[in-house]
Order: sequence, then C-alpha cells, then structure tokens
Amino acid sequence: MQESNDDYILHMKNIDMFFPGVKALKDVTFNLKKGEIHSLMGENGAGKSTLVKVLTGVYLKTNGTIEYDGKIIEPKTPLESQLMGISTVYQEVNLCANLTVAENIYIGREPRGKFGQIDWMTMNRKAKELLHNEMGIDIDVTKVLSFYPVALQQMIAIARAVDTQCKILILDEPTSSLSEKETEHLFSIMRKLKNQGISIIFISHFLEQIYTICDRITILRDGEYVGEYVVKDLPRIQLISKMMGKEIKEDEIEANVDKSVPEQETIMEFDNVTVPGKVKDMTFNIKKGEVIGLGGLLGSGRTEIAETMFGILLRTNGTIKVDGTEFSIKGPMDMMMHRVAFCTEDRKAQGIIGDLSVRENIILALQAKAGMFKHMPRSKQNELADHYIDLLRIKVSDREQLIRNLSGGNQQKVIIGRWLATEPNLLILDEPTRGIDVGTKSEIEALAVRLAKEKRMSVVFISGEMGEMVRTCSRVLIIRDHEKLTELNGDEISTAHIMQAIAGDYHGHA
Amino acid sequence: MGKFFSNLAASPMFAFYVTAALFIILFGAGSIAFEGFFSLQVFLNLFIDNAPLIIVTCGITFAILSGGGGIDLSVGSVVAISCMTLAYLMRDTTLSPYICMVIVLLIGIAVGLLNGILIAYFKLQPFIVTLGTMFLCRGLTAIISRESVAINNAEYSDLAFMSFEFGDYFISLGAVIALIVVVICTLVLRYTSFGRGVYAVGGNEQSARLMGLRVDFIRVMVYVISGFCSALGGITFSWIMLSGYAQHALGMEMDAVASSVIGGTQLMGGVAFIPGTLLGVMIQGTILTIISFEGTLSAWWTKIVIGILLCIFIVMQALVTEHRNKLMSLKAESTGKKDKKAAKA
Amino acid sequence: MDMLKKFSHSSLALPLAALALLLLFNAIFVEDFFVIQVMDNGNLYGRPIDILYRASSLIILALGMTFVLATGGVDISVGAVVAISAATCCVLLGGDVSGIPEHPFFVAIIAALLVGVIAGIWNGTLVAKFKIQAMVATLILMTAGRGIAQLMTDGQIITVYYRPFSYIGGNIPGVMLPTAMIIAFLMVCLVIFLDRKTSLGLMIQSVGINPTASRYAGVKVTAVLFAVYIFSGFCAGTAGLIEGSLIRAADANNAGLNMEMDAILSATLGGTLMVGGRYYIGGTIIGAITIQTLTTTMYAIGVSADALPAVKAIVILLIIIIQSERFKTMFREWRLKSAGNKAAKEASNG
Repeated sequence: MQESNDDYILHMKNIDMFFPGVKALKDVTFNLKKGEIHSLMGENGAGKSTLVKVLTGVYLKTNGTIEYDGKIIEPKTPLESQLMGISTVYQEVNLCANLTVAENIYIGREPRGKFGQIDWMTMNRKAKELLHNEMGIDIDVTKVLSFYPVALQQMIAIARAVDTQCKILILDEPTSSLSEKETEHLFSIMRKLKNQGISIIFISHFLEQIYTICDRITILRDGEYVGEYVVKDLPRIQLISKMMGKEIKEDEIEANVDKSVPEQETIMEFDNVTVPGKVKDMTFNIKKGEVIGLGGLLGSGRTEIAETMFGILLRTNGTIKVDGTEFSIKGPMDMMMHRVAFCTEDRKAQGIIGDLSVRENIILALQAKAGMFKHMPRSKQNELADHYIDLLRIKVSDREQLIRNLSGGNQQKVIIGRWLATEPNLLILDEPTRGIDVGTKSEIEALAVRLAKEKRMSVVFISGEMGEMVRTCSRVLIIRDHEKLTELNGDEISTAHIMQAIAGDYHGHA
Repeated sequence: MGKFFSNLAASPMFAFYVTAALFIILFGAGSIAFEGFFSLQVFLNLFIDNAPLIIVTCGITFAILSGGGGIDLSVGSVVAISCMTLAYLMRDTTLSPYICMVIVLLIGIAVGLLNGILIAYFKLQPFIVTLGTMFLCRGLTAIISRESVAINNAEYSDLAFMSFEFGDYFISLGAVIALIVVVICTLVLRYTSFGRGVYAVGGNEQSARLMGLRVDFIRVMVYVISGFCSALGGITFSWIMLSGYAQHALGMEMDAVASSVIGGTQLMGGVAFIPGTLLGVMIQGTILTIISFEGTLSAWWTKIVIGILLCIFIVMQALVTEHRNKLMSLKAESTGKKDKKAAKA
Repeated sequence: MDMLKKFSHSSLALPLAALALLLLFNAIFVEDFFVIQVMDNGNLYGRPIDILYRASSLIILALGMTFVLATGGVDISVGAVVAISAATCCVLLGGDVSGIPEHPFFVAIIAALLVGVIAGIWNGTLVAKFKIQAMVATLILMTAGRGIAQLMTDGQIITVYYRPFSYIGGNIPGVMLPTAMIIAFLMVCLVIFLDRKTSLGLMIQSVGINPTASRYAGVKVTAVLFAVYIFSGFCAGTAGLIEGSLIRAADANNAGLNMEMDAILSATLGGTLMVGGRYYIGGTIIGAITIQTLTTTMYAIGVSADALPAVKAIVILLIIIIQSERFKTMFREWRLKSAGNKAAKEASNG
C-alpha cells in the first residue's frame, strides 16, 4: 500500500541523542500522520520521553532530521516548537499553581489592550469560552489554579495546548492522575481533536487505553526503534513481547498463586475505622501469610486506607488492632514498631531519598526504627545492602550508587528492600508496579506471593490493574467512595468479578 | 459570618487587607496617644523619611517574587556605593550631577546584571551570590573612601531640598519618585507579560520554562530591576544624608525583606503585591514615628516590634495557607459527592 | 594518579586548594608567616596559631550551620544570638570595677549557653512545628535579637572586670593554647562523634533531600529539625561566650555582626549546599579557616579592614563559580575542543 507523503505531518528520521556518557536514542524513526492518535510505547527508559523532548526542543538531538509539515526543522526551545504548532501536556501538570486559570491558559500570549497592557477582561472571557466549548467544563477562571483538583488542572493544561493552534498535540501519560470517568472525558476530547485534523502523540502505561483510543503504535526499546504497527493488527501479548524483547506467557505468572486462604491467625484488625473525608467505617481483618488486595478505582480511597494502616492518617473513630492488641497511634513509627511496612504509591515524592546511596536508602527505615543513637556499624550496613541487592536482583553498579540514577523499577526494589530490612509482619504495597517495565512488574508480583508463602508475611497489594490482583491475591476488598463494598475470596477473584463488584453488581459468596 | 471570614482568608488579597488594617490601627493608635500625630504632614513624612526604603523594597520584591530562593542581599550595599560614588564624583570631578546620577544608575544595573547572570546562567544560589556582591560593594565603597565624604554641589543640594508644597503641607522629590516607582512596579507586575512571567517563574520555574517563557531572561531582569531600584534608592538616600559613607544603609537589606514580608510577599516566591509592600515600609515608619513621639523609648524597640510583627505575619501566613488547603479539600469532597449524585441519577 | 583524580573530584579539593594557595602566598610574601614561638608567659604565638585562634568562634558557628543547611534550612539568627549570649553572660557577671562577679561564673556560662539553646528551640518551633521557611523564621530573631540584647544591657556596653572571664577568649594561665581553640577543638570532636557514631547524619541528610519520604520511612522529621536548630543555637551560645570574653564586654551592636554570613560561607565553601542534602564537616572547618586566613593575609599585606569585604567577595564569587555545574561543563567542553584542535593540528602536520 503506497501512501502519499501528504498524509504525514511529521517524519523523524535516524534520530540520535547523547546524554553525557549515555546514548539515549539510537537511530530512531517516527512518523506521524495527519489526524491520527499515535501511541509511543516502550518500557521505562526506552526513550519515549526523550524522543518527545527532542521534538519539543527541550533536548537537542545529536543526529538525524525532523521534517514537520514539509519543512526540516531544528527546534531549540519549547517556545520555538510551540510557535510551530507542537504542543505538549506533560505527565505532571506543568502549570503555575499561583496564577489564575485564565492566565495559565494564555500566559506568554495574553490578549493586549490599547497600550499594550494585558487585557484581563478579554482574557477571562476567552478562557471561559475555550473551557466551555472545547472541554465542556464551566469554572471560575479568575480563581487561582491551586483552587482546583488535579484532574481539572490536567484538563486546563490540555485546553492551553489545544488553543495554541497546534497541529501536533503530545500527551505524555496524561491519565495517570485521572479517574476512569475523567479518562473517558479526556478520550472524547481527543477524538474530537482528531476529527479536527490534529495529530496526537499519546504516551500511556495502560494497555487498555492504547487499544481504546489509538490508531497506530511505535515501539521503542532501549533507545532503539523496534517498529511501527497498526493497533488493531497487533495482539496485546505481541505488543508486550516486542516492548520487552522476549516472549512471555501470561498464564505462567498466573499459575504460581495459591488461591486458598492458608491461615486463620489475624495480624491486623480494623473495626469501624473512620478518618473524616478519607476513610468511612472500615471493617476488615488481615490474616497471617495472605496476599490481600484492595481493589477500586484511583481516588476511591485505597491509598487512604493504606495510610491509615501505617499511621500516617489518624482515625477519629473505631479501633485498629495489630496482633490482637490496641495501642496509641501517633505516627508511622508506632506502626513500624508493630512490624508494619508501607511502600508508597508516589515513589519519587514519598519513597526515594534521591541524593542518598542505595545502601543508605535500604538501611534508612531500620535505622530510624533503632533510633538515632543505636548507629549501625558500616560493615553491617554493607552486608544488609548487599543482601537485598542480591535478593531482589537490583541492578546497580555498586551499593554506593545514588538511587536517583536508577531506573524506576530498580528504585522500587530498593524501597521494598528498605522495608524488608525491617523484617515486617505486614507489608503494604501501594501501586508497586506503576510506571515500571513489564519484566520488573512480574518480578514484584512474584515476590509478593513468595513472601506470603515462604515467610508467612501478610501482604496488602493495591493496584489499579485488575490482572495484577488476580495473579497475586487470595482475597480482594472492593473499595468505592472510601467505603468497603464487598470482599472476594479465592476462586471468585477474576478481572470480570472485580469490575462487576466495583460497579456494585457482584457481591461475592460472602 | 463564619463563611465570610473563610472566604476572606482564602482570598489571595488577605495578607494585604491585614497589612492595611494593621497600618490603620497603628496610625490610629499613634493619633490617639499623641497630640499632633494625626496630621497629613506626619503621614507625608512617612514617605519623605522612607523614600529610599520604599524604592529598595519594590526592587527586592521582584527578586523574592521570582522564587527559587530568590533574594537580593546586595541592596543595602548598592545604596552605600551609590551615595559614595555620587559624593566622590561631585567632589573630585566636574561632571554634572545629572551625569553622576546616570552613572550611579548604571552601576546599580551592572551589579544587578552580575547577580542575575550568576544566578540564572551559572545556577548559583541567590543567597550566596548576592551575599558576595554585598561584600563586594561594601568593600569597594570603603576603597573609594574610608571617611565620610560630604556632598557640597549646589545644584545637587537644590534637588535634595526640592519640595512640592500644597497648602500647609509638602512632600520631597524623593517621596514623589518613590510613589512613581510604586505605581510603575504595580503596573508592570499586573499588566505586562514580563510581570506575569515573574509570577509564573516564582510559582513553578519548570512549568514556566515548558510553557515557553524565557525563564533565564526573566531571572536576570528581576535582579537588574532590583539593582536599578537600589541605585535609585541610593540617590534618594543621598538627598537625605548629603554624604557618602561606607557604613550607609547598613542592614537595609533585612529591613527591606522584613517590609516586603509584612506587606504580604511570600519568601517562597510567586506571591506579592507592591501596594502591600509599600504598606509594609509605612508600618515600620509609623513605629519609628510613634517611638520618636514617645521620646523616652529607645530606638532599639523598633527592632523588637518589627521582629514581633514579622513573627505574627509569618505565622499568620502559615496558618492561612493551611486553612486554605483545608477549605479546598472540603470543597473537593463536596464536589465529589455531587458527582456521585449525578452518576446515580 | 588514580588517587589524585579521586581527590580532585572530592568535595574537599576546592577549599583545600584555596587554602593551600593562600598559605603559599603567605609563605612567599609575608615574613616569618609560619614561625611559632613560645612567649614568656608560656603561650604559643605565631600567625598560624593566630589564624586558628581567630577562626575558633567561626568554626563553632559554622559547624552548627552545616547541619542546619543540610536539612535544607538556614539559620541567619546566629549573629544576633551571639550578641544575646554575650550580653547574658556579661550582665550576670556585672560591670563592677572591683572584679567581683554578681553571680558565680559557672551560672553565667550556663545561662549564656542556655540562652543559645532557647533561641534554637524558638527557631526550631517555627520551622518544625509551624512549617515556616527557615530563612523567614530565623529572620525574626535576627531582626529582634539585637534589640533584645540591647534591652538586657540597657543600651550600654557593659565591661566585665572579673578576670577569669577573659580566660575564655584568651588563655587559661599555664595553658599554651588559646582557650577558644580548645573549645573549637572539643566542638569539632563532638560533631565528629555525632556524625560517625550516631545516625544523626543519615537522618539530617534524608530530611534535607526528601522530608516526605523520610517521614514515611519512619524518620522523626520534626525531632531532627528541632535538633539541628537547637544545636545551632547552642553553637551560637558558645561562640557568644568567646566573642564576649575577647573584648571583655557586651556590645549588643557589634558582637557577632555578620557572623551568620561568614558561617554560611564557610559551610558553602566546604561543599555543603544551601538546598540541603550532603554535608561535609571537614569542608566546613577548612572553609572557616580559609576565610580567616584570607582576612589575616589581607591585614598582613596592609589591606585596610574596610576594603577587606571586597577581596573576600571576589574570592567567594570565584569559588562558587568554579564549583558550579555550568562552569564544569564549560571547562570540559573547552578541554575537548582544545584536545580536538590539537589532534587536528597533529593530523595536518602529519
């Protein structure tokens, strides 16, 4: 099938890009048609973001050509690419929280009045219209951005990008902070833009979303181009194996889970626990040696429950018992003393201490538990660090490497190592596989199961991916609107059942 | 009523209202306590006596507003070197006073440029860089002359003593310039893209960069403005002192920071309102005036009162921010509920 | 060669090089710079001793400051606290010409140190409990502190005639080294002990780099912040004793003036960044000594006290520029380029 060159808005050919000492992109090719939604796929560190940043002028390419709209371009700053019609919405909302909504949309190209001054009236009116027409949202645009929740801020960022008369819209993991409903809304906007002839580059870790919204996929691996495919011709399993560069069988992981609840001894008990606005009347117990899942949509209150379990949020009502005893909870340390450990959802902000070494990151919690004056000798620290680097197969050059220089998956493993070092009886993993490559993902899943089985550790596994819960958990609590809806046990646990339960259509045998 | 206060506290202008109320209370208290305090001239004297500090505070507010630890510690020493340069040039050369003033303003711009380039392009910490230029300017001032140098130029003295009279009242040229600077700074921050850019950079530098703003340029410019204002402040300072001396305006940088904070500027950057900072200076001035009317209190009480005020304002800022966050989370929850109802319907 | 390379990349390289350069300059241009003599009264005397002696209170302040900077904070009130501490001690001893103290000496010393600790608690409360930015929080005490000191001394300069008071800033009879040096040495030992034998260092650094993650890992962030500000206050209290004893008087206006700036500079020169994170005790000490050496050198070659800040500033600016990433990149590129040119030249010659 011969396509004419006119169908394409962008050709990136033989792109090379060096960071000091590292080759981040090697001979990458990327072609974007007019009016298509094109997904850029790859594991973490495959070079997706780097490629996008080369296109938007954040990074400068070392070699190769970019042909945009029939012309060769060399963008050097984000502003330059924006003026050419390439707009980007980044993963973390990149707006200024201290400015008003209208300003955030129009900053740098504000409507001007007679004396060249900023015309606030026109700006506010235009912003209101834009949000109403394009996004279908009606809000007070004169309020500062921080007044609104993150999902809305994301929409405002997209509105800004759309309004700059763009021909290419780049969405870099825009859905990671959105709920399902908000994602739906975003998709309808994307379809609308597509129909207007705008090309969209969509980066996401959620496979389902790719299959719902995208037309074509370009796959990258280790900074190299793997191939370009039409979405509907590429089965999921093929996509994953191309991203990883090896064949995997899904049922292999599925097989090693023992679905029966092995023990009846309780480790943690929640009885009518309430945290105002966060957790409502929560009652459940966790048994020794089980992997228990918290299922529910993002923002349903899963993280808040985990934070309550770890003493970060403090209850106003109800009782929490660990090992059958109730005690006063003033902070995480009280829970740590009762051998509870918590791997947070937001690895970068709440997990890693970026400028400390892998060794220091591993011993941190144990040392904090021991107290300031019971200093662990260096030899003991080294021994511990090496032990967990080995055990979890963390890829580091040596234990003194700074954790911020590791990939997301390895950082996650270090954090898990940190908590395993405290020898917990209960390990809470909140979205431990988010933003992590598929290989590490299955390693972490397997680890959770193994810890429960071999060490009789209880593991709380929180994930937005139903498949992951099905593979690891022997029991799943279904959470919606900060409440527990129901509980699924053993063989009941399947993707379909979990989804039905969340929707309120399935109540389990219990 | 409770809701009214909640809304008031959540408003970005809250700090300004409090500053304004405080100024009125202080001025009112002075008027009740002392005879002759409540007069337009006493009020005007606040501008006349504090013209240099007002100008310098406007400049430093730009630096603080730009965030990223933005601060300009060199302002006091630039005031000193400005006075010294003026005094020296008028004593040892035959240059016209106006040319001397232009030279001084250029020196201010140069110091600002040096600060800005080191901070924006070499990514150095503003605190350390401006600390360096502070030492530099103080040292250079002393190198020009260790002794105090008087300004005797007649033409220049005329400028210093120039006053605008209306009725029984008068205001000095320095005060007029200070007011003009306040107005210009307010307008620049509100109605130019550069001004809004300063807010954006102060709010989130990375976002500002990705939104296509010329962050480095803005960063350099805020320090240039601060340097320029310091030199201008130095000129008005020399009209008051009519001399150059290495110890002039010692510690003025901290007075300026304190005024700015009392006026509602947040030291993290991204929040500031120039009329507020003007009030911040006026509050300091009012306290000084009250102490001088009182007669028996010594001047170091000013320091303690300013310290207490700073403390109150800073704690208030912290509490208001927390309160605002609480309001927001409540709001988010209630909208969440609405969504749920809508979904059920 | 490998050792050398490792050294040149270490944080100590730059301050040490600067110090070495200064010393070399002194060795060549200042007569008898390195000569140390025993005086008639048994005290050691000589420029190196003098430098260490005069650097003592700066070293003490800078040690406290280093920990504070590492948590991502700053304590700009230390200069004012030095003044308060000196005032406390002098007021308690009293200005009686007969030399009889109003209160016992040890009471005055403990009170002065306690005042420092109280100042630290105040700063710590604002920073740790009220979550106020460190610079703003400590600005309060910086502004009000000298006023408080004035209040205590009633605006007078109180001169203390009680003899043992002068021992702190001078020599204890029969001891060869100045007392200030000994105190500084003890403080350095204390800090090294805290750094090596407790996990305070790890906690401080992790709080400085990522407070939220630290809290989630069980680190008591509030307690760590309190600890560093109290320690900084304690250091300021100690330095206040030395400064007060040096002039045997409480001078609320000038005691410890600008010392907070010098303390921050010492730590920064030593490689501790103001954004928090890694800290370097050795670097701080060398930084403080470098600053004092610079001062002494300038005096020795006849630069006036007033002009000194200019020289100091140029040195500071040069050092921070050399330390900056941008400069390193520029330097690397320049070297690559010149290497490339050289290669090209050789190729054209060959």
